[in-house]
Amino acid sequence: MHLVLFFIFGGLCVAGALNLLLQRHPINSALSLIVVMSSLAVLYLLLGAEFLAAAQVIVYSGAIMVLFTFVIMLLNAGREDRTHGSKAAYALGFPGAAILVSLLAYIFLSNSRELGSAELGAYIVSTGDLSNVLFRDLLLPFEVTSVLILVAILGAVALARKEEN
Amino acid sequence: MEVSIWIFLLLSVLKVAVVTVILLTAVAYTVLLERKVVGRIQNRWGPSRVGPFGLLQPLADGIKLFLKEDLIPESVYRPLFILAPIIALSCALMSISMIPFGPDVHYKGVQLFQISDVNIGLLILLGITSVGVYGIALSGWSSNNKYSLLGALRASAQVISYELALGLSLVGVVLRSQSLRLRDIVDVQSTHGMASWNIFGGLQIIGFFVYLTAAYAETNRTPFDLPEAESELTAGYHTEYSSMKFAMFFMAEYANMITVGCVATLLFLGGWSSPFGHLLPDFGGPIVQAILPIFWFVAKVFFFLFLYIWVRGTLPRFRYDQLMSFGWKFLVPVAILNIIATSLWLAFRAS
Repeated sequence: MHLVLFFIFGGLCVAGALNLLLQRHPINSALSLIVVMSSLAVLYLLLGAEFLAAAQVIVYSGAIMVLFTFVIMLLNAGREDRTHGSKAAYALGFPGAAILVSLLAYIFLSNSRELGSAELGAYIVSTGDLSNVLFRDLLLPFEVTSVLILVAILGAVALARKEEN
Repeated sequence: MEVSIWIFLLLSVLKVAVVTVILLTAVAYTVLLERKVVGRIQNRWGPSRVGPFGLLQPLADGIKLFLKEDLIPESVYRPLFILAPIIALSCALMSISMIPFGPDVHYKGVQLFQISDVNIGLLILLGITSVGVYGIALSGWSSNNKYSLLGALRASAQVISYELALGLSLVGVVLRSQSLRLRDIVDVQSTHGMASWNIFGGLQIIGFFVYLTAAYAETNRTPFDLPEAESELTAGYHTEYSSMKFAMFFMAEYANMITVGCVATLLFLGGWSSPFGHLLPDFGGPIVQAILPIFWFVAKVFFFLFLYIWVRGTLPRFRYDQLMSFGWKFLVPVAILNIIATSLWLAFRAS
């Protein structure tokens, strides 16, 4: 059951990612990205990370991708022309990707005995435990990330501000 | 306890069927209720010709919508044009599966009054709501019509803005019950009747106000119905839709209203718990006692539906800039202040 779900949603994820690259219309690509992110959420759920799965759906599939489609609709972007791509991408990209995949596969397979596994619903994390980890054990990274986001927001405001004459 | 997979499947399918039928009937009669009440507010009768008191009007409307010709304009982007109402309706129907309608009653190990009892039910509800926007956004874009597109753009901007206030307004409730499971949130409120409901005893009346306002905006209801403002945009995002596709948007809107009513009931009004707590003696037999929680739940949801209609009959529509500044400059800061105040109060009480 667990494995079947993993293959279904993993397959969906890869198919969505490929579709994202192959589609010529921006809105179809954006929709494929939504499929990728939602199936990633299911994969998180299969690993027992319920909160992360829900956050993935709310933040990425919900808010961020709505903004993407919003911009595409606002610009009324048309079909893109298909290009042949650069030669460097063919020369370096495909071997690079192949090397990366085989390296990761080798590492995971050789260490598979030491790696643990998680089951769907194997452990239920209470909201209190989650907050303890997030706001006590990982407080510094959490705060640093929020400062980073604040800087990004300030930068966006500074860029979008109208010049006063 | 081990549950036989076949009994589980059978009962689950049965639960889904019952809930869907009840929800769709409720949707049909909410439309009738709205037309009746708005009619009375505007000093007229509302539908009164089909059946006694117009009670068969939803049936007549349904038949009419089924039998209408399903037009698809030439220059629409067909795949998304067809997909959009399906997304809207399925998200609206899916979110009801998290709602517990009554107390924790098991039959052969299967929860009776809830389709699925999930540990993070509240977050899943928020997630489904946030995905539901795509129905509106895609319908407006794929219609290839400037009014539809404007409606869809407004809807997306509005939903993103108010989703923040909506999420923040719920944090106070979650802080108090220390759980995201809807059943736990209700259990916290069921000790002393009305006095321990989150809106009164939990001191979440500000959170309740923010939630209700943001939820009206999320469901595109008056005074936030800019995506379908008929005086400016014809019918907004569903201008090009007819027949059953239009009906799907319509059903999605009213199903969302009902879900919002259910969630507000669960989070702020103590769900199925009686407002009198244990003051009322247990009257009637066991059957009455089993039905009573459902009665309270339905009564509270009905109150919210009536409030929706009342607000629609009373308030005029916001202007777009008013909508944005109200959401960002008023609701979000108020929700954040509510979170701070609630955490301080809880910390003070715990120490």
